Amino acid sequence: MTTAATIPVPLPDEEQLIPRRGFWRRALSHRTFLFSAAILLIITLIAIFAPMLAPHDPYLQNIAMRLKPPFWHDKTVAEHMLGTDQLGRDYLSRLIYGARISMTIAIGATLMSALIGITLGLIAGYYGGWIDTAISTVITTRLSMPIILIALAVVALIGPSLTVVIVVLGLLLWDQFAVVTRVATQQVCARDYVTAARVIGSSLPHILFREILPNIRAPLIVVATVEMAQAVLLEAALSFLGLGVQAPLPSWGLMLSEAKTSMFFSPWMIVLPGSCLFILALGINLIGDALRDLTAGGRG
Amino acid sequence: MAVVVMMIVSIICFVLSNVAYDPAVGIAGAQATDEDVALIRQTYGFDRPLPSRFIDYLGNLAQGDLGVSYLSKRPVLDMILERLPVTAMLAFFSMTLALAIALPIGCAAALWPNTIIDRLSQFLAVAGQAIPNFWAGLLLIVLFGVQLRWLPISGSDTYAHFVLPAITLGTYAMPPLMRLIRAGMIDVLGSDYIRTARAMGIQPLKLTFKYALKNAVLPVISLSAVQLGFMLGGSIVVESIFALNGIGYLAWQSMSRSDMPVIQAIVLMISMIYIVLTLLADLLNAYMDPRLRSARK
Repeated sequence: MTTAATIPVPLPDEEQLIPRRGFWRRALSHRTFLFSAAILLIITLIAIFAPMLAPHDPYLQNIAMRLKPPFWHDKTVAEHMLGTDQLGRDYLSRLIYGARISMTIAIGATLMSALIGITLGLIAGYYGGWIDTAISTVITTRLSMPIILIALAVVALIGPSLTVVIVVLGLLLWDQFAVVTRVATQQVCARDYVTAARVIGSSLPHILFREILPNIRAPLIVVATVEMAQAVLLEAALSFLGLGVQAPLPSWGLMLSEAKTSMFFSPWMIVLPGSCLFILALGINLIGDALRDLTAGGRG
Repeated sequence: MAVVVMMIVSIICFVLSNVAYDPAVGIAGAQATDEDVALIRQTYGFDRPLPSRFIDYLGNLAQGDLGVSYLSKRPVLDMILERLPVTAMLAFFSMTLALAIALPIGCAAALWPNTIIDRLSQFLAVAGQAIPNFWAGLLLIVLFGVQLRWLPISGSDTYAHFVLPAITLGTYAMPPLMRLIRAGMIDVLGSDYIRTARAMGIQPLKLTFKYALKNAVLPVISLSAVQLGFMLGGSIVVESIFALNGIGYLAWQSMSRSDMPVIQAIVLMISMIYIVLTLLADLLNAYMDPRLRSARK
């Protein structure tokens, strides 16, 4: 059957494992990189400085100001540039605060899954033998189970909250990290510097985390971008289905779910948060492509 | 390998439905008193040690008994089999659509790299990956269902009901396929045997389709199987948006009523289908690629 070892993933050639010299010089003349880095920088700044940027309190309800349309519409209200939602909350402010939630989840879940996946991959790749077989079986099991269904079931059991979503996604998204780390470790283990480290009696954690890990970081950074985009979209889907981030937090997925009831009369309520999700996921995916391009010695 | 994986999956499903969640509470319902729950725990044997319950659970699985729903009191297997055709149809249409877009554009992109068509394929791949699929579904509903009134947006009675959900799910499955086809074709077209064939004067059309595509398509088969498996998982979102009465919708309904036997059975079912699909893909690959056949022996 298709095991972890045969799943098609962008695997690095040997010389691609280490970022080549002059990375930043080339990155600064790479159009896709600059474009996506700009998108992500802007969204990060918006997330950090949300309290200063938001014109209103994102939680402040105003029944007299319900469902006001945004500025391109005839019946718009000057003080709410992007309109208001069904509880009269300022949509722009909620979108701005929503960036915080998406970024928190993207970073939190990715860090956690990186920790799990990289550790498993390093151990499997370094030891080989039955340890490798055991870990590969675990990876295959994880691949065979539907992420969103498991996430939904677990969240339904524990009860939904921001922390639960981060932990559940972190526990589910490590498969690519493990697959890529495992193969890259196998390649690097044959190198002289690993043998040298072993011969001079370096400790195992030293070999794994100080000798091997720094030398396989390039493909792992690319995997990290893929998983971040996944985490953002999965959080949105969970929140949309009602088992993710809970109201009144302004998560973009939750906003879509709340807007669903009035989408026939106020379609912008669907368009705006979805566009934010799209732009964030696009930025993350593009920077992943650019990094792959920049680290993969001229191919592709 | 496949058997071990199935075993682990069934353990996880058992934990999900019997350890993490008290089945006695589930059967008793929300209004039950503590005595009712205790009575049910005894009658159904939930007070026995976990290992012996797990062995019973496996025994039932082997006989095709996936348990009984807490709410409808019907066998879960019947409920799933009733709705499986809808999901299977959705997955089939989505996959056909994804391949119908990915194959020609991916090939064209590989044949003429760095042209408009190549840019288009890269744009489609990146955009398709970044669109949240439930959002795409909502936009399609607003556009085709409400503004233009061309297509039905809810239910699963006619083929027309499948058009929008299939587009939604198809966009989600298409990008990795297209990338793989493009990369595979570029690889194959640059290989020695294609250069030789070209030098021998074989017609370009025959060269592309008979010699190059046949080789480039091999990894696509494995990926298609993987994507089909992911689609079954992704169907939960799409089916709940379009109220398409398949297993995804069933999973979502059961989730909101914490009907654990149904949820664990669907998880189990989807994992098994995934495992079988990847096995089939390997067999198909071995059948199509003689090199693999001899390597296995």
